Amino acid sequence: MTTINEKVAIDHGLKKEEFKKICDLMKRTPNLTELGIFSAMWNEHCSYKSSRKHLKNLHTQGKRVIQGPGENAGVIDVDDEDAIVFKIESHNHPSFIEPYQGAATGVGGIMRDVFTMGARPIANLNSIHFGSTQHKKTKNLLRGVVKGIGGYGNCIGVPTIGGQTCFDESYNGNILVNAMTLGLVNKKKIFYSKAAGIGKPVIYVGSKTGRDGIHGASMASAVFDDKIEEKKPTVQVGDPFTEKLLLEACLELMADDSIISIQDMGAAGLTSSSIEMASKGKLGIELDLSKVPCREEKMTPYEIMLSESQERMLIVLENGKEENAKKIFDKWDLDFAVIGKTTTSKKIELYFDSKKVADIPIDFLAEDAPEYDRKWKKTKLPQKIKFKKENFKSLKINNCLIKLLSNPNICEKKWIWNQYDHTVMGDTIQKPGGDAGVVRIHGTEKAVAASVDSSATYCFAHPLTGGKQVVCESWRNLISVGAEPIAITNCLNFGNPEKEKNMGEFVECVQGISEACKYLDFPVVSGNVSFYNETKDKGIKPTPSIGGVGLLKNYKNMLTMDLKNEGNVILVIGKTEGHLDQSVFARNVLNEKKGPPPEINLFNEKNNGSTVMKLIKEKLILSCRDVSLGGIIVAIAKMCIKGKKGVKLNKLKSLINKFEFFFSEDQGRYIIEVSKKNLKKIENILKENSVHFDNLGEVQKDNYINIDSEKISVDELSKHNKNWLMEYMEQ
Amino acid sequence: MKSAVIIFPGSNCDRDMDVALKKFGFKNEMVWHDDEQLPKSDLIVLPGGFSYGDYLRCGSIAGKSKIIKSVVDFAAKGGLVLGICNGFQILTETGLLPGVLQQNKNIEFICKNVFVKVNNKNNKYFNSIDKDILELHIAHNEGNYFCTSDELKMLKDNDLVAVSYCNEKGEVNEKSNPNGALQNIAGIFNKEKNILGMMPHPERMIDKYLSGEDGSIFFKNLLNNFK
Repeated sequence: MTTINEKVAIDHGLKKEEFKKICDLMKRTPNLTELGIFSAMWNEHCSYKSSRKHLKNLHTQGKRVIQGPGENAGVIDVDDEDAIVFKIESHNHPSFIEPYQGAATGVGGIMRDVFTMGARPIANLNSIHFGSTQHKKTKNLLRGVVKGIGGYGNCIGVPTIGGQTCFDESYNGNILVNAMTLGLVNKKKIFYSKAAGIGKPVIYVGSKTGRDGIHGASMASAVFDDKIEEKKPTVQVGDPFTEKLLLEACLELMADDSIISIQDMGAAGLTSSSIEMASKGKLGIELDLSKVPCREEKMTPYEIMLSESQERMLIVLENGKEENAKKIFDKWDLDFAVIGKTTTSKKIELYFDSKKVADIPIDFLAEDAPEYDRKWKKTKLPQKIKFKKENFKSLKINNCLIKLLSNPNICEKKWIWNQYDHTVMGDTIQKPGGDAGVVRIHGTEKAVAASVDSSATYCFAHPLTGGKQVVCESWRNLISVGAEPIAITNCLNFGNPEKEKNMGEFVECVQGISEACKYLDFPVVSGNVSFYNETKDKGIKPTPSIGGVGLLKNYKNMLTMDLKNEGNVILVIGKTEGHLDQSVFARNVLNEKKGPPPEINLFNEKNNGSTVMKLIKEKLILSCRDVSLGGIIVAIAKMCIKGKKGVKLNKLKSLINKFEFFFSEDQGRYIIEVSKKNLKKIENILKENSVHFDNLGEVQKDNYINIDSEKISVDELSKHNKNWLMEYMEQ
Repeated sequence: MKSAVIIFPGSNCDRDMDVALKKFGFKNEMVWHDDEQLPKSDLIVLPGGFSYGDYLRCGSIAGKSKIIKSVVDFAAKGGLVLGICNGFQILTETGLLPGVLQQNKNIEFICKNVFVKVNNKNNKYFNSIDKDILELHIAHNEGNYFCTSDELKMLKDNDLVAVSYCNEKGEVNEKSNPNGALQNIAGIFNKEKNILGMMPHPERMIDKYLSGEDGSIFFKNLLNNFK
C-alpha cells in the first residue's frame, strides 16, 4: 500500500496547502483512491479554481436561453419545438503530445456533451492554432490534428461546417485544439445531469474502461516541460464507431422517459461524472467498482475511477427500467452494467471486492473545492503608432494584397476542410470557407449559422479590447450570412494563471467578452477554460475562441459572399478610420508589431449590425462579408475570388491615404453588394439609422480589381489565396 | 416503387438516402442488418458510412451480416441493388461486384464535388438521363478502385464501368481522378447491370441549396423505371 503524504499529493498535482485542506476536511489522511479523486476534482480543469470568480461576471441571460453555463452544454430556443444545444471545448494538451488522438477525442468529447442532453449533433466546428509555419513541428501537428478531427467527425457522420486555423509562434510549444458541436433537440425532451430520487439505479454504458487517459485532466492543468513525451499514455484513444453506436443507443433510450439524469464520462471519467450528478441533485452515490466493465485485467479502484477511456456514459434510471434499457444497449452491442445507486448520504461511497475503498462527502469535492482570487496585472493600452508617409512610398496595392492573401492566417483553408465531411446529413447549405457555416434544421424552413473566431494578436496587445472584439467578430460573421445572432460558447485558452500577467490577460479578456455580450444581447451559454498553455516558461498569447450561433428563419434568405452581378454597387457599412496598428498589413508589410488593436465602439457595432439585418430582411443585400483581417480590400478580393468577378473602385474621397483606407482593420464594418435600383432606398435606411457608409464602386464582369491606376488580376489573387496552404503542406 | 435501405452499425448516410428516396416518390423502409428477411422491394440500397467502424477492411464485416444473404438472393433474381460509398465497398466484399476499394492515393479523406462521365445508359440506373456528365459529391477515405487485369478486361468487354471521374468537359484523365482509382473508375455494374456500386453520393445533391442538383436526375430516372 502506498503511504499517502504530502509528496504523493504533490505528484498528483495538488499544492501543499490543498493537501492540508483535504486532511482537515476529512479529519484523516485520505487513501490513494480518495487522493486520486480529490486531485481529479480539485485540478484546474474540473474545478475552475482560478477562473470561477471571474466567470461569474459573464453575461449569461437572454430571452432565447433555455440553459446557460453549468450543464453539459448550453441550450437556446430556436422557435417551434426546436432548441439548439451547443458548446466548445479545448483539447490542447493531449493534441500537442499526440495530435491525431488528441484532436479526435476532443471532437468525440464535445459531441458526447451535446447528445448527453438528448440532442442529435448536426454540425461540428473547430478552432485550431499552431506555431509558426517555420517551426519544425507545425506541419506534422497540423496534419495530425486535421486527420484526427476528420477521422472522428467523418465516421460519426456529423458534418464539419466551419472553423478557423491560425499560426503564430506563441503556439510553438502549445497548440490549441478547440472543438465545437451543435445539436438539435426537442425543447420538451432535454436531458440534464442533475440526479434525483433515492435508490435509483446508476448505470454504466458504452466502452469498457481501460488504463488510457489516467490523469488526463491533471495533465491539462499543468505546464509542459522537457518530459512531455512521457505523458503520451495519458492521452485517450478514440473509437468513433463506438461513439456512433452510443449516440444511437442513447437517443433510442431517450425516446421514452426512463432516464432521470445522464452525464458523459469526460475529463476525470467516472469520478467527475458520478460526483457531478450527485452534487447537482444534492444526493449521495454508492458504486461497486467490481461491476464496472473493464478492458484490462486487475484494474484497481484508483485506476477505474481515474481512467479517461472514451465513449462512456453514466445514467441514473427510473427503477424498473433496467431491462428495457439493457435491451437497447444490447442491440447496439454496447456494455451495460448496473454499478450502483443513489443514496441519501450525500457522500460518494465506493466498494471493490465487497470492501469499502473510498468514502468522501460530495461537498468536499465540489462545493469545498478551492477557489482562488489570483493576483493579476492590468495591461495598459499601447501608444498609437504614427506611420510616416515614407512607410508607404514604395508600396503597391497589388503586391501588398498578394502578400496578405497568401498569409497563413488569411489564405484559403481548403486543404483542411476537404478532409472533413461537410455535407453528410444533407442539410449543409453554407460550406466551410464563408463567414459562417450554415445547416438547415432538418425538415423545416429554418437554419442555424455558426462560426468560431479568435484574435490573439488583438487580445495580446490589449486584452480588454481583444475580448470585446472577438465577440463582435462572431456577431458580424453570423449577420453576414443573414442569421440573427443568438448566443455564444467560449473556450478560454490562456497561459499560466499563477503568473500575474497571464491572469491579467484572462481577467481582462473575460471582462471584454462580458461587456460586448451584454451590449449586443449575445449571451454566453456554455464554455470551458484551458489554463497552463505554457512550455518552459513561454506561454501562448491570450486566445479566447468564441463560437457564435445564429438563426435564419428561412434558409432561402441566406447570404453568401460571392459577388453576384456586374453593375451592382459595393458599399462599405461602418466608418473607416484608417487604424493600422496590429493589422495584418502593419505586422507583415510594414513590419510594425506594436500599437493598440482597433477600438471597439459597441454602439456602432450594434447599430451597424442591426441595420444590416434590416436590409437583409428587406432582401436588399445580394452578397455580404464582414471586414476583418486585411481590411476592406482583402474582403473585396475574397468576394471577387468567390464570385469570379472584378470590381471598379471609386477614387477615394477620404482624408486618409489609400493604404490606411484599404488595409486598416477598423471594426463594425461590412461590405455589401446591392443592386443599383435599390441604392436610394438603401441609402435612406442607412441614413435614418445614422449608419456611416461609403460607396466603394461597382462589380464588373472583367476579372480585375481596378484601383486608381492599378489593375489587379483576380485570377492571380485567387491562385495565391488558394495555393499557399496546399503548397506549404506538400513541401 | 418500393425501396429498402439497410442500416448497419456505423452507417451514417442511411437517413440521407431515406430522405432522397422519399423525396422522389419511393415508398422506403429501413431494414436492420440483423434481420434476415427483406421487405418486398423493387430496390435495395446499401448506404454510405463506416459500417462496423471500417474495422478489418471497409465493408468486410457488413459483408458477412445476416441480411446480406437475402440481398444476394434478391440480386440473383434480378432485383436492383445500389451501393453508395461504403455500400459499394460492401458489394465488393460480398463478391457481388469485382475489385476492391483501397485508401485514396493521397492518403487523405476527400470531401468535394466531382464530375463523372456516364458510360453506359443501357440499364435502369441511367437509361433516360439526358446528360452525359453529372456533377456529384464524394466523401471518402477509401475510394481508390482496383481490380485484377482479368477483372478489368471483363468490365471493359462487357461495358460495365458505369461512371468514371472526369472534368467539367467530360475528359477522363489523371487530373480529374480524385483518389487514384484504376482508370478513373467511380462506379461499376455486375454483368446483368442490376447491381450498381459507386463512390459518389447522389443523395447529397438533391436540391439547389445543397452542393448541386444532379443527384435529383439520378433518382428521378430510377423512379421512372418503376412507373
